[in-house]
Parts: sequence; C-alpha cells; structure tokens
Amino acid sequence: MNAVSRFFLYAILLLAALYALAPLWVMLATSFKSLDEIREGSLIAAPQAPTIAAWGKAWSRACTGVRCDGLQPFFINSLLMTIPAVLISTIIGALNGYALTHWKFRGSEVLFTMLLLGCFIPFQVVLLPMARTLGAIGFVDSVFGLIFVHVVYGLAFTTLFFRNYYIGVPGELIKAARVDGAGFFTIFWRILMPISMPIFMVCVIWQFTQIWNDFLFGVVFAGSDSQPVTVALNNLVRTSTGVKEYNVDMAAAIIAALPTLLVYIVAGKYFVRGLTAGAVKG
Amino acid sequence: MRPLSADRWLPKLVLSPTLLASLIFVYGFILITIAMSFTESRMLPNWEWAGIDRYVDLFDNDRFWVSAKNLAIFGSLFIVISMAVGLFLAILLDQKIRGEGFLRAIYLYPMALSFIVTGTAWKWMLNPGLGLERIVQQWGFADFTFDWLVNPDKAIYTVVIAGVWQSAGFAMALFLAGLRGVDSEIIKAAQVDGATLPTIYRRIIIPSLRPVFFSVALILAHIAIKSFDLVMALTGGGPGTASDVPAIFMYQFSFSRGQLGVGAASAVMMLMTIMAVMVPLMYAEAKSGNAR
Repeated sequence: MNAVSRFFLYAILLLAALYALAPLWVMLATSFKSLDEIREGSLIAAPQAPTIAAWGKAWSRACTGVRCDGLQPFFINSLLMTIPAVLISTIIGALNGYALTHWKFRGSEVLFTMLLLGCFIPFQVVLLPMARTLGAIGFVDSVFGLIFVHVVYGLAFTTLFFRNYYIGVPGELIKAARVDGAGFFTIFWRILMPISMPIFMVCVIWQFTQIWNDFLFGVVFAGSDSQPVTVALNNLVRTSTGVKEYNVDMAAAIIAALPTLLVYIVAGKYFVRGLTAGAVKG
Repeated sequence: MRPLSADRWLPKLVLSPTLLASLIFVYGFILITIAMSFTESRMLPNWEWAGIDRYVDLFDNDRFWVSAKNLAIFGSLFIVISMAVGLFLAILLDQKIRGEGFLRAIYLYPMALSFIVTGTAWKWMLNPGLGLERIVQQWGFADFTFDWLVNPDKAIYTVVIAGVWQSAGFAMALFLAGLRGVDSEIIKAAQVDGATLPTIYRRIIIPSLRPVFFSVALILAHIAIKSFDLVMALTGGGPGTASDVPAIFMYQFSFSRGQLGVGAASAVMMLMTIMAVMVPLMYAEAKSGNAR
C-alpha cells in the first residue's frame, strides 16, 4: 500500500476515534463548567474556569424525584445489588458448567439447551409475573428483590460461559482424578479452579457490566429507596426544578458510568473476550 | 475408588436450583404472561377468559402501531449502519495498523456504558438550543437547524445515532475477530495470482465471514428489539408518543396505565418478534457454520 492511501487510512481511523471519544469529552467538559459558561460558550470547548460544584451537587444534593440527596444513596444501592448478584450467579454458573461438561447424565444436554432460552427472551415477557411474585414474598422495595432477579436471569449466561470453557478441559484429567478417589467437589476445587481464572474474570466482568447498567429491572422492581443508580440518573435528568442544570446532569452521568468504565480500563481484555464469547452463542 | 453414590446425585443436585429457576421463572412465567394476555386483567390480574380481546385492543391501538413502526425504522437502520461501520473499521484496522490495540479500545468503550448514560449524553449534545445546532451556527452556518430531538418525525433517528455510536465498536470487535480467523494461505495464494486487495476482500474474505455476519445481526437485532433504556433516557418516547418502541409501550400499559392484559399481549408480541428474527438467523448461522 502506498504512502497516500496509508495516510488516508490513519486519518479515517483517527477521525472515528475522535467521534467515539467526543461524547465523553463533551460530558467531562460540561460537568466542569458553570451554567453561565454553558449558556455562553461552545459545547465542545474546554472549561475556562473549571469548577467541581456540579459534581458535589450531583453526588449529594441534586433531586432525583422526591428525594434531594443526590446520586450517592443510589450508587450505594447499585453496589449492594451488583456485588452479591455477580458473585452468586458466577459461582452457580461455574458449578453448573462443570457438572454439564464433566458429569454428564441422561438429559444433561437437553437441560443445557433448555437453559439457553433464558439468554434470548425479552425480559418484558416475565416482568408481570415477577412483579407479583416479588410482591408476594415481600422482596419489593429492597435490594434483595433485585439481587434475586439478577441472579435468576443471569444464570443462563454464566452457565454458558463456564460450560463453553470447561468443555475444552480433557475428560481424561477428570477420569484420572476419579480413579484416584477424588469426588465431585474435590476435582472442581483442585483441578478446575486453578485453571479457571480467565473465565472467572470474563464472567465477573460481563455480569458486573450487565447488572450495573441494568435499567429495566431497576425501574420495574425497585421501590423509591432501593433504586439502582441508572434509575436515579434518569430521574435526576427528568426532574426539573426551574433551570435545567446540564453540568449536574453530565456529572451524574459520569458518576453512574464510572464503575463500568474503570472495569473496562483495567480489564478491557476480559471484557472484549466476554462480549465475543457471549456473542458466539448469544 | 471411593463409593460413587454421592457423585451420582451431586451433579444433579448442583444443577437442580438452576433447573427449577429456569422452569419457574423463565418457562412458567412466559406461560403465565401468555395466559394473562387472554384475560380481562386490568389494574390487577383477573383470570376471566377474554379470548383474543386484548390482542384486538392492541391492534386497534394507534400507539402500538407507532411503536412497531419505530422499531422497524430503528431496528433496520441500527443494524445496517452498525454493521457497515463496524465492518469498515475492522477492515481498516486489519491493515497492520500501529496502535491497533489502543484504537480498538477507544472504539469499544461505549459498550461498557449504560444505555441510560449514552442517552443522557446524546440528549444534551443533540438539544437544539445549546448543543450541536449551536456549534455549527457558531462556525458560521447561521441558518443551520438540527431539531431532530424535538421533531416528532425525526426523533426516532436520534435513537439510531446514539445506538450506532454505542454499538458500532462492538460490531467492529466481532468482525475483526472474524477477519483474524480467515485462512491466510488462501489470501496469499490469491495475491500470488495477482488479485488486488479490494478484490480479495470482496471475493474471498467477506464471503468467508458469513457466520460472523449472522452472529452480529443476531445480537444487534436482540439489542434493538429489547431497546428500552436508550429511548427512555434520550427521548422518553416523545415528543408525545412519536418515538415510542414496543418495550416502552409494554412498560407504560403494564405499570402506569393499569392495563395488564394489553401489556401482557404486547410482551407476547415482543417474544414472537424475537423468535421470528432469531430462529431463521440461528438456523442460517448453524447451516453456514457447518458448511465451512
């Protein structure tokens, strides 16, 4: 390829990168501006007199509907909901994947195919019965309800991840261990666990991103005090008390995005692998 | 060998909670929703048989047709543009680019964001008063107008803009993985035969990516049909109901308007749509995968 076409190649790639980064830049720049500067300046200009006032307000004082204590309580809700849901669904998924690949029994393949449907359904088709069920067992208005829902509907994916990973582990290895007298859990702990680090990373990151970013379950199943941060962000943007404070909206949006962005920056490799692995079947 | 008795039932015991959860919360709940769509349910479930009345209500509802039409517009543009941009970027990145990993990371980061965050950001950038419209005016095009966000005929296209921004990098990542899997011997042989690079892509590489096309289309279609949060954050279905999609229709009729029966019927329609799109695509994907 000659120099001219290589120049255009890089120019296009850089333009595309700028386009991808532009919204993040606009969000950041806006969040550090005062309202006056937003009204007078340009959307893409860097802040002239940077201020963190909007961040403070978004975190602890902005109104999200009736409450006016910022995103902070809902950010904590999201943590309380996401961490247990990720851990529980990942551990169960790991054991499921192990049982489905190395302890096959009659019907285990059918069982796996059956579970897969859970990856495909639009969740709208389970919302109504689930809302009534959570009401009946008293899980409404608490993060427990959301943890429960995210575990239940995350299992199909976590099982899929581990099943596809463990199917590559040679069966002879497990057979040999069984001959030596090792049982179901011993084999899992001693043989599978030490080689499972990559898939645990993929699964945890996938689940974390999915659950943290969820809006549908949050808006349908959470009470006003147990809402996750995505729902609170949407309420904050929609709650207008007089002047529209775009700088607060943008600071709030970045706060809500920060955990998944951090995970992406730190462990992007596993994030991509999860996306493509989920994509193979999902 | 130690007695195998425990190992005989342990795997089944381990799988049983998941099996139970799937039977109740996936299969059972789908059946309940289907059943509810044939009842007189309004504010509360009411199991009185109503035949196909709720579906008649649904199909008589203009708002439902607006949402279906919007899904068709959004879905087709979102899928086609994301795939085109994704494939284009993947092919460019496949030319031994310096800093490829870095560029890839930049293209893909929107996928880590919540659709609510994406919607909030684009709502700000596309707002007619202070956003993009004003920048272009400040650049000297005083007559420039860009009011799609508040224009009932154009609002759904803003969802396409934001959706493509979020998902094109994802399509790129999948296509790039596919490109890396193409047998380099065949490409070398074609080069020896004097084929130019565009010809090689058009005649050899892209046709061999068929299964990847199906996977990408499958996932994007899935995202499109379920799309709810992006529309909620960006337009809220508005102005009025101009950018409603089925997921918003279902949510409002079920949880704000107290029309459980109609909500259930619309959820069933969503399930059918996903099945109608997924089953042929999965079949085609399996077939083209086996043919390789």
